[in-house]
Amino acid sequence: MRVPFAWLRSLCDPGLGAAEVGELLTMAGVKVERLHRIGVGDPAAFVVGRVVEAERHPNADRLSVCTVDDGSGEPRTIVCGAPNVAAGQTVAVALPGAVMPDGTELGEAKLRGVRSSGMILAEDELAIGEDHSGILVLDNGAAPGEPLAAALPIADEVIELEITPNRPDVMGVYGVAREVHAVTGAALAEDPAATDAPASGSDHASDHASVEIVDPDICPRFTARVFEDVRIGPSPPWLKQRLTAAGQRPISNVVDITNYVMLLLGQPLHAFDLDRVRGRSIVVRRAREGESMVTLDGTERAFSPEVALVCDAEGPSGIAGIMGGAVSEVSAETTRVLMESATWVGPNIMRSSRALGLRTEASARFEKGLHPDLALAAQRLAAKLMVELCGARLVAGTIDAHPRPASPRTVAVRPERIGSVLGEAVGEDEVREVLQRLGFETAGDEDVGSGRVEVSVPPFRDGDVQREADLIEEVARIHGLDRLPASLPARRSAVGRLTPAQRLRRRLEDALRDRGLSEIVAYSFTCAQALQRLRLDESEALRIRNPLSEDGALLRPLLLPGLLDAARRNAAHGRAGLALFESAHVYATGSEPAASSSPRGGRPADERHHLAGLLTEAAPATWRAEARPADLYAARSVVEALLEVAGVPWRADRAAPGAHPFLHPGRAATVVAADGRQLGWLGELHPLVARDWEVPAVAVFEFDAGALSELAPDADERGYRDLTSFPAVTQDLAVVVAEDTSAAEVERAVRAGGGELLRSVRPFDLYRGDQLGPGRKSLALRLEFRAPDRTLTESEVAGRRADIEAALDEIGGGLRG
Amino acid sequence: MAEPAAKRRLEELSAEAEAALGAARSSAELEELRVRYLGRRSELTATLRSIRELPAPERGPVGQAANSVRVRLEELIAERGAALEATELDRRLEQDRLDVTLPGDPPLPAGHLHLVTQIRRELEDVFVGLGFEVLEGPEVEYEYYNFTALNHPPSHPARLPGDTFYLSDDVLLRTHTSPMQIRAMESRPPPIYVVVPGRVYRPDTPDATHVPMFHQLEGLAIDEGVTLADLKGTLREFARAMFGPGQEVRLRPGYFPFTEPSVEVDVSCFACHGTGAVGSERCPTCKGEAWIEILGAGMVDPNVLGYVAESGYDPERVQGFAFGMGIERIAMLRYGVPDLRMLWENDVRLLEQFGA
Ligand SMILES: [Zn+2]
Repeated sequence: MRVPFAWLRSLCDPGLGAAEVGELLTMAGVKVERLHRIGVGDPAAFVVGRVVEAERHPNADRLSVCTVDDGSGEPRTIVCGAPNVAAGQTVAVALPGAVMPDGTELGEAKLRGVRSSGMILAEDELAIGEDHSGILVLDNGAAPGEPLAAALPIADEVIELEITPNRPDVMGVYGVAREVHAVTGAALAEDPAATDAPASGSDHASDHASVEIVDPDICPRFTARVFEDVRIGPSPPWLKQRLTAAGQRPISNVVDITNYVMLLLGQPLHAFDLDRVRGRSIVVRRAREGESMVTLDGTERAFSPEVALVCDAEGPSGIAGIMGGAVSEVSAETTRVLMESATWVGPNIMRSSRALGLRTEASARFEKGLHPDLALAAQRLAAKLMVELCGARLVAGTIDAHPRPASPRTVAVRPERIGSVLGEAVGEDEVREVLQRLGFETAGDEDVGSGRVEVSVPPFRDGDVQREADLIEEVARIHGLDRLPASLPARRSAVGRLTPAQRLRRRLEDALRDRGLSEIVAYSFTCAQALQRLRLDESEALRIRNPLSEDGALLRPLLLPGLLDAARRNAAHGRAGLALFESAHVYATGSEPAASSSPRGGRPADERHHLAGLLTEAAPATWRAEARPADLYAARSVVEALLEVAGVPWRADRAAPGAHPFLHPGRAATVVAADGRQLGWLGELHPLVARDWEVPAVAVFEFDAGALSELAPDADERGYRDLTSFPAVTQDLAVVVAEDTSAAEVERAVRAGGGELLRSVRPFDLYRGDQLGPGRKSLALRLEFRAPDRTLTESEVAGRRADIEAALDEIGGGLRG
Repeated sequence: MAEPAAKRRLEELSAEAEAALGAARSSAELEELRVRYLGRRSELTATLRSIRELPAPERGPVGQAANSVRVRLEELIAERGAALEATELDRRLEQDRLDVTLPGDPPLPAGHLHLVTQIRRELEDVFVGLGFEVLEGPEVEYEYYNFTALNHPPSHPARLPGDTFYLSDDVLLRTHTSPMQIRAMESRPPPIYVVVPGRVYRPDTPDATHVPMFHQLEGLAIDEGVTLADLKGTLREFARAMFGPGQEVRLRPGYFPFTEPSVEVDVSCFACHGTGAVGSERCPTCKGEAWIEILGAGMVDPNVLGYVAESGYDPERVQGFAFGMGIERIAMLRYGVPDLRMLWENDVRLLEQFGA
């Protein structure tokens, strides 16, 4: 919303500059986006002049050599190219050195041999309008030598405002002036729509046209007035300047009037050439399937059935609240005008405007929701201007289709409540004063001191102010939010802390970081191709109905694809030795039904917090060793560390066939908790997946951080236990088993035989050799025995050996040597 | 009676040995001296052996003197030996050199937390210090929690598919962390002081300042007598913790469907200390405005409390504030990251720039 400052000041002038007024508006909630300077540079270089003589240029047919009286007493010679220049005209003159609106500086020049000292100006050269067909001829009695700025608005500032959706009232300059009045107390000009134009003639508007609202749910009100003897022509400079400054092109007086009323009051209007309204009838209805129309911008547009149309007897003549149609457009030949001022339903206009990709000054206002009373106010102001500027005759009466008029709203506000919401008391007098300045009426003195103020809401604020809370906001923003004191809440019985799960997640993330992994953040989106590359069934992933592209149409069921993407990108940069992790949600279909009322805490999807990592190296190259590429054990060592941090007992099981199809089938493990719950997986990426993904060979892991925190013991459970002071006895065993017997099976057997004195079993060597025989391997284990209450003897420990041997025998193994 | 000659000789011997030991230059030399003065063939050993042959009255004093000389020399030898050994070890170690300028092995590279995680944790810690709990919630959310219970009318434009990712008619990707306001209040009665960090989603085509996924931190405080002034004070503490002491905050009226009054919150520009200028140039951080818009906030709308009335939120009894800030925006302001998209490219070179 562009607000020409001179126009604003004509309605409310607090005696401040545009920047200061802008700051006040911003702090009252009408935010200034930018401040523009428009028009000429220093206005002192522009004066009113009179053309004393205009002779044809001796060397150029199209140029005139003018002698101009600029009030200085010295005749000034100006060469002018305008066809309409003539002796006797009062004109706008730029003197040498003048800075034009586009920033160029005017110099003295010789034109075809004649020295020209100055320029006689056309309106576009002053940025008043767009007309360049001839010079501007002043007819308002200005005298030569007067400053031009006194006769024409040649320099101005424009305050560009950002309007929130709840404030259609400040989509008009008068509404902005009301804000300035409320904030500063400076006098506000009379409502421009307070009085109406006189009608003449014995006919009535309804003799000339009819209006029918077929779908009242899209059109709360449609008013129409009729004007005859309309003389189409250009608007006067003051009107053109205001439109131009506000960002609207001047077109013709009638069209300019509709735009001017919209810019001033916030209510858009539309003018029809009544003689081109077929059947002289207006029908308001929804579009029919397949209907289309050429709009004023010359574009053919097709409509969905939701779009509201203004039609005549034969079809659409305008898109309601958005843009008129070419069929009944006002033209130079127009003599009879039907002026529409209607009220549309905001959400409907917004949807249509978006669907059509057509956002106009009108739709921007209607989509915020306008009150039906504004429609008539706009008719009154438009009528005065039609009579004044177009010489039109206003036909008596207003055709007013207003199916469901509403009564004015009253709301009560408690001044004490304002104080308790803001944290600073605001006196009842100030409350009344602020609300009155904003255009609210407060009830008489009889309820002063009752603790309540009854407030009538003006129509232009009806959409936004319906409750006490809304009135509190009105008082607060004018009282000044920036003046509020700063305090802290009492915080009764509230203690700030992280939950155990949050603390654990931080520790896990820190542990990964401390092991050299860098955290990435990848999009939660993935795509079918990515899941196919991982050999996963993409049909199980949650699907977004309206993704930005198919690349982001699914929600990822695991973090791995983001890590692989990051690995590919970094490898493409030539980066070796990647170690990455991510900590984020993954998504799976939940079983929650649709919910229209509160789902009472239910969740629509099965969402879990995962931690996943990727390593290209187990150990980087150094000056004395080659790099070791990451393998299953590199991933496993990270996972071991994390589960140690969490304090969760676990084991790695050989992955079931197909359980993690993106992993090397012989080098894949499922991470399982003591209770059998699956926590995640680890292993080496399948070589074909790595090839498809264009990543180097990597070890990867992923697990459910949420499950981990559910299994992690509470700090309370980790109570104090005596440290035993009795020494341990260690014993090394070499166990020979079949090649496919896992270390975990061996350990289970050894523990079964070792009994409760066996406190730990740690593999320290793996050996294969001819003397073991084919298909056999030897696993060296260091056993640690310890008793809490005594020093164990060698013989006590040796006694366990037979039991261990027996247990190993059951899995086809034995002790070596 | 004059001292016996034997005792005098012992004193001479002691003095001579002490001087020799003190001058010993190596462990080998010291060993030679030990043999000379204390060995089986040494004069002292001979003296001790021959005590029996002395006249009876001399035996005692001479014996004692000889013994004390022996003890003294043994001590001296041990002392001198330790000193010589240490010196000799140092000399050997000095030759056993490594090139300290080579890298450590195995190298322990530093990993890094993502910038967003660093800021999120910092924010969490600030608000925990102010008495807030940290809550997290689902990203796949019901339209009810994301819009309806947050007082968005059915026709509100934010509900349109152009502004929200939908999974079904009433399930969507949350567009803000605000749905947790409702979930939190549904789950327990007032008082409630929580912050909610997390990912949020909007269908914005990526550019320097828009990405379809970003992070917010929501705040909610509902209690008896919580005021807008309390919001201002709380956010001032936040601003000072995040941007430096002396920061001020400014509340401007704003508009959000779920707060009333709604405010936009500015912090004084930390780049130009609220002056709008750096040297003679316009401050690039605040574009000369001296204030930086940092978040939206307001007093929780009574209509919102109406949706959780069953959990004890009576707008006539309790009230409070809510705020929501963009974590990336704070990251961009604090670290001068020029383009949001860079944060999700996961270029290790960028991740490494931000320590921690
Ligand atoms: Zn600054």
